[in-house]
Amino acid sequence: MIELRQVKKSFGSQVVLNGVNLEIPSGQITAIIGPSGEGKSVLLKHMIGLLRPDQGAVLVDGEDIATLGRGAMNRVREKFGMLFQNAALFDSLTVFENVAFPLQEKTKLSEREIAQRVRDALLHVGLAGVDAKYPDQLSGGMKKRVGLARALLMDPRIILFDEPTTGLDPVICRAIHQMIKETHAKFGYTAVVVSHEIPEIFDISDRVAVLYQGSIIEAGTPQEIQASEHPMVRQFIRGSLDGPIHMV
Amino acid sequence: MISLLEKIGAWTLSMLAELGRMLNFILYTTYICLAAPGHPRHVLKQISFIGARSSFVVILTAAFTGMVLALQGYYTLTKFGSEGMLGVAVSLSLIRELGPVLSALMVTGRAGSAITAEIGIMRITEQIDALETMALDPFKYLVSPKLVASVLALPLLCAIFDVVGIWGGYLVGVKLLGVNPGAYFGEMERSVVWKDVYSGMIKSLSFGVIIAWICCYKGYYTGHGAEGVSRATTSAVVTSSVLILVWDYFITSVLL
Repeated sequence: MIELRQVKKSFGSQVVLNGVNLEIPSGQITAIIGPSGEGKSVLLKHMIGLLRPDQGAVLVDGEDIATLGRGAMNRVREKFGMLFQNAALFDSLTVFENVAFPLQEKTKLSEREIAQRVRDALLHVGLAGVDAKYPDQLSGGMKKRVGLARALLMDPRIILFDEPTTGLDPVICRAIHQMIKETHAKFGYTAVVVSHEIPEIFDISDRVAVLYQGSIIEAGTPQEIQASEHPMVRQFIRGSLDGPIHMV
Repeated sequence: MISLLEKIGAWTLSMLAELGRMLNFILYTTYICLAAPGHPRHVLKQISFIGARSSFVVILTAAFTGMVLALQGYYTLTKFGSEGMLGVAVSLSLIRELGPVLSALMVTGRAGSAITAEIGIMRITEQIDALETMALDPFKYLVSPKLVASVLALPLLCAIFDVVGIWGGYLVGVKLLGVNPGAYFGEMERSVVWKDVYSGMIKSLSFGVIIAWICCYKGYYTGHGAEGVSRATTSAVVTSSVLILVWDYFITSVLL
């Protein structure tokens, strides 16, 4: 389980997280939603130690990772996989090399075994025949799927998805959501999904948390969030211009 | 007045913090090179990029440097009737000073800028974050191979620079201006000692550290977006070049 306790983070004078409290239950899909620029990706990066809180604790299986050194942090990261907003594929490597990279560097598997596992991972995400292509030869949706294959390859217990469907057309968007749901059902990992896709995200989530003005203002099941009386939550879900959220 | 003092204080603190971060960067990279060196293929790839692919520009620069040294040297030495010493003047200038410095400046411009841009782009496109999320140390894959390759490649490039420069000087001095070829090489053989060669190699080696250190550091801590990478690249080339020249003065005063 991941637990954030009173997490605060500022960049210069800009307060991004202002006392976030959140529990991510094991084996479930938790979505974090909220307006753009509210710090959802920053929150996600705290969970895997890419950013450290100014104050507060980030507990992964009871261990506060905010205070860990590089070696201990890497041991915790072995539990994680992450799909970045823009997939973050290594642009000088082919699709095959990208997916194979963690296996080549962290395991003693033979080249043949690695090739088999890479092919299987790419098949899981519906990609075949693109092994030799470079990331800049792929569409946005294909990059995300390669990123997902790479994240799944080491059988992580927790996968973080940073806006996995941003910039994709509705069909691809649905396909990615479906893929998250299917792989989650198959592998049983804990998923944290940062998303703007309302209402689609409610279909794949077990729990939803709403981040606004640096803190979690509401958390519950998708049904509870959709029935929320909180004016900000209502405005955000309906996409209304009237309410507490103002365009900057 | 107090406001001015505050600004000076804030600037001093930020400079100290930056210097501390830079020092930490090179110390940690050195530790990784010794304790957990990356796969040899990563180092070989970097030797090819930093060393082999810089050889053309180094050879070109060396040839013309040697030629111009011969022209200027001949002009000065004829005033004293000592044109027979041209080989010594050319070779000592190249081996002790110009070979290490100019080859390092050429590598900074060609490979150093590319190193900063590569690491900077990896930073802003979250590729470095991706490495970290895989529990892989970016220093092991991105920084330490470049440091090792730079330290190995620079002395070799410097040696090429020296040899090509001496032959460039020979071409102008002997073939064009009529200096006796026996005097050109004979005086050189008598005057150039082992200390001249190894002091040039030590300089090259230390310049290799400076190039990899500054260029990797600037890329690793690049600013945001394309403009951030562009600024980091410019800053890396300028800082490395200035540092090479400043360090050259100090190391020369020690090795002299």
